[in-house]
Amino acid sequence: MNMKLAKRALFKRVLTDYLFLLKLAKSDDIIRRYFVVNGFDGALTMLGLMMGFVFSRPADLNIVMNVCLGAAVALGMSGLSSAYVSETAERQRKLSRLEDAMVCDLSGSDHGKAAKHAPILVALVNGSAPLLICLFILTPLWLANADIWLPLPPLYCAILMALFMVFLLGVFLGRIAGVWWLKSGIETLFLAIVTASLIYFITG
Amino acid sequence: MVTIKRMLLDVLKPHEPGIFKVASDIAGLGDHYSVKVSVVELDKQTETIKLEITGDTLDFELIAATLKGMGASLHSVDEVIATNEHETR
Repeated sequence: MNMKLAKRALFKRVLTDYLFLLKLAKSDDIIRRYFVVNGFDGALTMLGLMMGFVFSRPADLNIVMNVCLGAAVALGMSGLSSAYVSETAERQRKLSRLEDAMVCDLSGSDHGKAAKHAPILVALVNGSAPLLICLFILTPLWLANADIWLPLPPLYCAILMALFMVFLLGVFLGRIAGVWWLKSGIETLFLAIVTASLIYFITG
Repeated sequence: MVTIKRMLLDVLKPHEPGIFKVASDIAGLGDHYSVKVSVVELDKQTETIKLEITGDTLDFELIAATLKGMGASLHSVDEVIATNEHETR
């Protein structure tokens, strides 16, 4: 019991420390922004792929899943690596400027730790947001592959899932901006429908 | 036994962490520590603060290490009060 409490206290402390470092590096709002931007990337990419498959000659479900999974992993890795490289450079530049102002080495201080750890957290969020959203959108394909009944063909279900995820991202944006969540959700949903229409006119 | 009861430090620190965190972290270093922080000068990236710490037994090394951990730089120790208390047998 004591061990469990100690573990919980340790977890809480580590979490508090990381949140403090994120705040110190002023990365908390960057993380939020990256989550939405890359989540949007993931959802719209999946929407495009699903629509492409709908308008193409019927393909085997395994092929569709592998193509989509490949795109999801690529988006995740792209988000992870690009955010890590750019954030590391940005944090290092800011740390150097602060060191110049303080006329001392800050590598061992909280600022130094923040410059080292904040890019890792930002990269993890940036990489996991599109990956998780893509995996969620692919759920109907997995269910269909496991012979689980769906009310619509799997590709149509996945398209609806993609639209739903875009709507949810809009709701999240609305909560951040402090505006009406439904209006914000409908706005992002409208963008996804415009994207779907463009894909329809180009490929359909 | 000689103990340090009060010290006044001149510290240069980045804007973050703010003075609330500096005061509470230093106060958390020992029992009955009392901290007063006054901002003396504010620059674009840094601020100079006066840190007045009082307590039963102040640990200067620990205070200096904590300030360093925050990215602050101790410029000078401006005042110190030390007392010699005889232990009762």
